[in-house]
Amino acid sequence: MPVMPVVLWTDGLVFLLLALIGAFVLHASRHEHMRAPWRRVVRSRVGVATIVVLGFYVVVGLLDTVHFRLALDRQGDGSAETRYSPEVLSLLDLALSGLRERQEKTYSAPFATHLFVKEAIEQPDGTLVRDFPRLEYGGAHLEDPARQRGFDIAWRAAWGALQGLVIWVVLATGILWLIARSRGETPAATRAVILAGRTPTPWRTALAMLGIMLLLSAVAGELALKYHILGTDKVGEDVFYQTLKSIRTGLLIGTLTTLVMLPAAVLLGIMAGYFRGWVDDVIQYLYTTLNSIPGVLLIAAAILLLQVYMSNHADDFASLVERADLRLLFLVLILGVTSWTGLCRLLRGEALKLREVDYVQASTALGVGHFTLIGRHILPNVMHIVLITLVLDFSGLVLAEAVLSYINIGVDPTMNSWGNMINSARLELARDPVVWWSLTAAFIFMFALVLAANLFADVVRDAFDPRLKGAR
Amino acid sequence: MSSDVLLEVSGLTTLLGDAARPVRVADAIDLEIRRGETFVLLGESGCGKSMTALSLMRLLPPSGRVTAGTVRLAGTDLLRLTEAEMRGVRGGRMAMIFQEPQTSLNPVMSVGEQIAEAVRVHEGGSRDRTPARVVELMRAVGIPDPARRVDEYPHQLSGGMKQRIMIAMALAGDPQLLIADEPTTALDVTIQAQVLRLLKDLQEKTGMAVLLITHDLGVVAETADRLAVMYAGQILETATTEAFFAAPAHPYSRKLMESLPGADKRSARLAVIPGRVPHLDQTFVGCRFAERCYAVMPQCRDQAPVWRDLPSGQGVRCHLWDQGGAQPEGLTRALRDPVAGPDAALEDAPDPEAAVDSRLQVRDLRVHFPIHDGVFRRVVGHVRAVDGLTFDLTPGRTLALVGESGCGKTTAGKGILQLTTPTGGSIRYRGEELVGLGHRRMRPFRKDLQIIFQDPYAAMNPRMLVGDLIGEGLHALGIERSRAGRMRRVVELLDLVGMDSDAVERYPHEFSGGQRQRICIARALAVEPKLIVCDEPTSALDVSVQAQILNLLKDLQDRLGLAYLFITHDISVVAYLAHEVAVMYLGRVVERGRVDEILDDPRHPYTRALLSAVPVIDPEKRRTVTRLAGDMPSPSNPPSGCYFHPRCPDAVAACALSYPQEARLSKTRLVHCLRV
Repeated sequence: MPVMPVVLWTDGLVFLLLALIGAFVLHASRHEHMRAPWRRVVRSRVGVATIVVLGFYVVVGLLDTVHFRLALDRQGDGSAETRYSPEVLSLLDLALSGLRERQEKTYSAPFATHLFVKEAIEQPDGTLVRDFPRLEYGGAHLEDPARQRGFDIAWRAAWGALQGLVIWVVLATGILWLIARSRGETPAATRAVILAGRTPTPWRTALAMLGIMLLLSAVAGELALKYHILGTDKVGEDVFYQTLKSIRTGLLIGTLTTLVMLPAAVLLGIMAGYFRGWVDDVIQYLYTTLNSIPGVLLIAAAILLLQVYMSNHADDFASLVERADLRLLFLVLILGVTSWTGLCRLLRGEALKLREVDYVQASTALGVGHFTLIGRHILPNVMHIVLITLVLDFSGLVLAEAVLSYINIGVDPTMNSWGNMINSARLELARDPVVWWSLTAAFIFMFALVLAANLFADVVRDAFDPRLKGAR
Repeated sequence: MSSDVLLEVSGLTTLLGDAARPVRVADAIDLEIRRGETFVLLGESGCGKSMTALSLMRLLPPSGRVTAGTVRLAGTDLLRLTEAEMRGVRGGRMAMIFQEPQTSLNPVMSVGEQIAEAVRVHEGGSRDRTPARVVELMRAVGIPDPARRVDEYPHQLSGGMKQRIMIAMALAGDPQLLIADEPTTALDVTIQAQVLRLLKDLQEKTGMAVLLITHDLGVVAETADRLAVMYAGQILETATTEAFFAAPAHPYSRKLMESLPGADKRSARLAVIPGRVPHLDQTFVGCRFAERCYAVMPQCRDQAPVWRDLPSGQGVRCHLWDQGGAQPEGLTRALRDPVAGPDAALEDAPDPEAAVDSRLQVRDLRVHFPIHDGVFRRVVGHVRAVDGLTFDLTPGRTLALVGESGCGKTTAGKGILQLTTPTGGSIRYRGEELVGLGHRRMRPFRKDLQIIFQDPYAAMNPRMLVGDLIGEGLHALGIERSRAGRMRRVVELLDLVGMDSDAVERYPHEFSGGQRQRICIARALAVEPKLIVCDEPTSALDVSVQAQILNLLKDLQDRLGLAYLFITHDISVVAYLAHEVAVMYLGRVVERGRVDEILDDPRHPYTRALLSAVPVIDPEKRRTVTRLAGDMPSPSNPPSGCYFHPRCPDAVAACALSYPQEARLSKTRLVHCLRV
């Protein structure tokens, strides 16, 4: 076997999350009252545009979640068993192996052909000159960078754009054909309807957004073959590669935290509201106490504990990636512990209200057991609150990761994350000329994700808000 | 046109919603209201009554618009005024009060300020006089001790008081016309009587005209001079009150009157208007009532009837009158004289020993809710929602629990089913004690005791299919374990309550209020109960739908031998359905007995006041209203002695000393009053 799959802890949780989402989708698609709000989401233009953007992030994140170890080349005859490289790679690493391997010495600006710092260069005649040396990879194909660079970038960008366009046309035609088939029309008629923007789902917006994203990706991909389009960092690693790797970290923090906190929040919140009495008292004291401890303190304490554990048991971890992964898992757990209280409080209030509603009373009168009653009557009627909260919390958690990594209690320093990028770029902001690209790259990618998530959350909130039903 | 016409509406058409599919809430309305008269707009919900009133005030919601017609108030065409001029008319020459005083008052402003605001808008200038005028207005609407009440906030006042404050605000501009949109629907009968009396008095004093919107025929009979019956956005009939109740000209009016429950209809089924009010977003071809009419003729379906003025002074929109002349025979065809005479069921008083084991015996039931206060949430008192309730209920009989809101009747119903844990007393069913049984040990009894709620909209989980809703009890109590078997039962049950079997696969929101109540009844019946607590099952429904539900309940009782504990505040329903009555006041039963005994010869002063406050259609049967002073006291702090003595017209000093023991007047009759 050429590869050995590696399932990290967080990978497992992601797969679990995917399975849960799949089950939820299957369940929701069978129930009209759950399908209706989602239909409203995909019928809003902002909704589909953000779904497309989020989709790109998710694809990158998922590619980065499939981990494995490559088989090493067999040396000589050797033993019968295959030996695997100690390095854990993901599909994304493989796809970006060019970027990963083209390491420079140190900082270089975006699209630069020379290093950012002067070095002593040995001339052919043996003299030493202090100058900006040529980069090993960035723009290395150019003979006269000063003259050729502008033209080369433009040409490659255009070529990339053309590739993007072709991919888009292929995809769009496929989608168009599928829509036409489901509507029972000829593709030409469907195209006219879509162009006029008269489909119930705003396909025009979705396809336009898809086009923009594909174009951007293709141009970036083409240019990244020959340049460091977002520069390199202190150790010469490509910043574009780092930001792409950071996507997984951001998404994981945003989604796995909710997965961790959801059972506690839902179960305890509903139980407190439904059973009242001492159950309510215990749960209320629990979350008021937890809420009054500053979250940062709790997180710092937990991470420090883990660090001590890891340094004492260094042998337990096969690779750096596993170490970093465990730390990420811990961060997710501890963020979950500190963030379930808000949702729990909301659900307690809702359950308090619902337990007095006539249909719950009617069920009690019919002798329905407590937990059946919760599952059948209360849980489905608070699901919209859970959903709205999750989507709204997501962007907050992505930002929280950045802040925590910035103060060094976030993810492992060896792990790519936007917080770590900002943290390492922080000192360089003081030098002149400024090294601005790490910060900017992290900012742009985070901004796009959080903005899309926030807009999407707004749409979801509106779609699930019963008071806004039929308002538009 | 005579000069005493104050408001003249002609051809008023109001549309609501988007232009592609507008809802025609008022369609060519013609009205005349004379100075000083009370004009009633009568109709079921969804007929466009309120929207018509809002069109007159030009207070339509944003999507509403008046597309045709004129509204002349003493010669001024209101629809042509600018918005600024219209603001002067609103609250000035024309004022409006709404159904829900709770939501019409600003909770963070004292009532004095809110009245003063209205006064200032309309009097301007003399600011010094404003406080005096506020007190004067509050006195005019019968608020005791107005100088002190000025600084109180809405939550400190009872519902009746709040409605009085609303009326005071409306009166601030000395209006010529007061539009009252269901002003008493949210109030209890005794309070309703007070408010209606107040409106009458004010009218006599100030000479203003009142446009009263209501669905209650009793209120119409007691207050109106003239009335118009509205149906599906159209006026079907106008008449003076006497003429209307003597001989309604339109089939709809007739049916409406017949569907009212009452003592004289006990042994018969109530008249039912089949179907429901049509949606107003369609284009009507023929008569709008044709689908539901008992006297429908071929031309009704394809020709819209025109308006006819009858010799009797009535006006009607019906093809039956096309030939002109006297009473058309089609009108009276389907009328059934209510069978008078003794009610068989009433007479055979149950043998108390016969059905002892299946009898529900409630003795001294108490449900107290603790009031917590302070940092340590210590119990500082109790709300005595139910404070000593005693009755027996035998199979096949109906006991009506009557009282005003807040008297604890709903809590009593829930207490009996252990939905609210009783704090004392005993409930014995089949000789076994129910009080103190836990969730699990109560389960064997759940099969026999069921409940139907007031609001059919809140009584069903909106996220479950009707089939699952009805089958829930079968599943939970393990009566029918297989899904196929459950669904078979559900279809049978739907058939029993008169619904199609295709309802199984639908959601509750797809049904109308009456249909939902049927589904709720089917759900309760699923487990084959012996006793059903009916908690005001018809008070959220229109009269014609109420008749359907009452008929159904009565049929089911006859067929299945059910016992009902019927909780209600509607005396006419009691008279129609109940065998025995218990009148509750502040958590206690003040009088209990057979329905004929109580309704014909009330002994307790509270029962008498309650019955006298009920609006009655037949003027000969009307009693002089015993006006009760003030409101019901708080159940957390009941008065000493007899709970009723502070409001009782017959109270003596001894009443304040101790709660009166029960006085047994006959085998079936109990009264708690010293003076009986």
